[in-house]
Amino acid sequence: MADYKGVLVFGETVDGKLSSITAELLGCGRRLADELKESLSCILVGDKVADVATSAIAAGADKVYVAEDPLLKEYQTDAYLMVMEKAVKEIMPRILLLGQTSIGRDLAPRLAFRLGTGLSMDCIELSIDPSTKQLLQTRPVYGGNARAIFTTESFPQMATVRQKAMTPLEPDPSRKGEVVTLKVEIDPAKIKAKVLQTVKEEVVGIKLEDAQTVVAGGRGIGGPEGFKQLEELAKLLKGAVGASRPPCDNKWVPDTIQIGLTGKIVTPELYIAVGISGASQHIAGCSGAKNIVAINKDPEANIFKEARFGVVGDWKQVLPAFTEKVKELLAS
Amino acid sequence: MPNMVVCCKQVIDPEAPPASFKIDPATNKVVPPPGVPPVISPFDEQAVEAALRIKDKHGGKITVISLGNNLLRDVVKKPLSMGADELILLEDPAFDEGDSWSTAYALAMAIKKIGDYDLIFCGRQAADWDAGQVGCGIAEILGIPCVTIAKSVEYLNGKAKVERVIPDGYQVIEVELPAVITVSNELGEARYATLKGIMAAAKKQPIVWKPADIGVNPSEVGAAGRRTKLVKLFQPVKEGKCEFIEADSPAEAGAKLALRLREAKLI
Repeated sequence: MADYKGVLVFGETVDGKLSSITAELLGCGRRLADELKESLSCILVGDKVADVATSAIAAGADKVYVAEDPLLKEYQTDAYLMVMEKAVKEIMPRILLLGQTSIGRDLAPRLAFRLGTGLSMDCIELSIDPSTKQLLQTRPVYGGNARAIFTTESFPQMATVRQKAMTPLEPDPSRKGEVVTLKVEIDPAKIKAKVLQTVKEEVVGIKLEDAQTVVAGGRGIGGPEGFKQLEELAKLLKGAVGASRPPCDNKWVPDTIQIGLTGKIVTPELYIAVGISGASQHIAGCSGAKNIVAINKDPEANIFKEARFGVVGDWKQVLPAFTEKVKELLAS
Repeated sequence: MPNMVVCCKQVIDPEAPPASFKIDPATNKVVPPPGVPPVISPFDEQAVEAALRIKDKHGGKITVISLGNNLLRDVVKKPLSMGADELILLEDPAFDEGDSWSTAYALAMAIKKIGDYDLIFCGRQAADWDAGQVGCGIAEILGIPCVTIAKSVEYLNGKAKVERVIPDGYQVIEVELPAVITVSNELGEARYATLKGIMAAAKKQPIVWKPADIGVNPSEVGAAGRRTKLVKLFQPVKEGKCEFIEADSPAEAGAKLALRLREAKLI
């Protein structure tokens, strides 16, 4: 029975640089590898990604595997699956980590089933059981109402990790590591789906995921008009506007600003929740905020259990006065 | 005229108030909130909607499969009331308490038995365990492609054109059929059951299959077939305490809130 050893991180790159999720995965992977007294490697899949290898080493990897091919330039399930299946069978990692990203959500389950192994998605905590050396995988379930801890007996033990759940290491450019080029063999006959077009929405102002202040509206806003007030406030505070799911489902605001379990995960300093009840699926998206402020006319609203400050009242009366005062304070 | 299969899961209602959520520590299981009936997992309803939109345009047949034990007929028949044609239940204690692995395996084997399929729809993740793997798993076991997180699906001959949600927009993907497609809420609201649909559904009897009917060993499905093990299920302890800003009027409270946040150095 061959030996599975080490931690392997599936790295993602954006605009020729290491994605922040990859640095987070490497920070987590480093901790796990050190506990196991095994090594940490990173695999970069794409076209012309070799240059990013040094960043991965600086971020904690002992070894970086590079799998390059023009066919891998953009993510495509079947192609990436072929490459990862071959790589995992060669590398035989004890643990394989991917990000809970657009790619991870698509690649990880398929890869797990291809490899015949168990997988936990959207993990917020990972640790090694000292007695069994197994990976303890903690993830939110029941829409975020509960947490579950899983283990798997099969190898590699696979997990996708929620963005911003783990801390990256301080990048250390003096770290030494090995770069290994993998031979890429893609059978074009196995590619059954192709991307015809990518349509990206223009983000005006600060990206939601990067904003230090987020002003979010829920069902209580009642329509698209109300969001204009939230936009005004967000602008004042140099923040971004978000929403829970109902405004998105009702088409009051674009889907791209949905904050929640299946939407964006945000971790701002200040999160102002207006007319949001605080359903657990939404809390999953904003619980990482350092300070939550809630305005809701229902004193029993779940959001108040998450908030540091709250006002029970109709936002239509509370918010304009709040915004006025904020204007005053910022001007002084 | 496409043959479509939709996988629908009966779950505890995710819209039940968070305060009603309780775990029985003795069994490591969620206690169904009293007086709140289970529902079809919302993303699965949207998967049914995706299939119905194609049936509206191109005709064809929609077969719904639900896996579990002690399934409530009122709940699992909802897709029939919406317009699906046939309901198959994988209902047996052996199917219960599986993980993504053993569940996908059972569903894939059932779909194999159905035989003729062009499109298989699943919700992107179930509202209880939120695993998000079964759709991809079914595709892998059947050896067909899968497109995840779809907001729109167009049926073309032998192919489907899918709009897949990505963080800041969407991609248009063309996939060869047969294929699995997992559906997200961006698809839009699932249609309501019509009175006509409810009456038609009432007359339909679901087909019930046991492990032997789909050629699987009970050891390969449900709890016995798991590849992941649940070690613990718990509710995180909430430590925070909310400071409520009180005032004589909502407007005053708004102003006071701003002052309080300034004091706390948050603005």
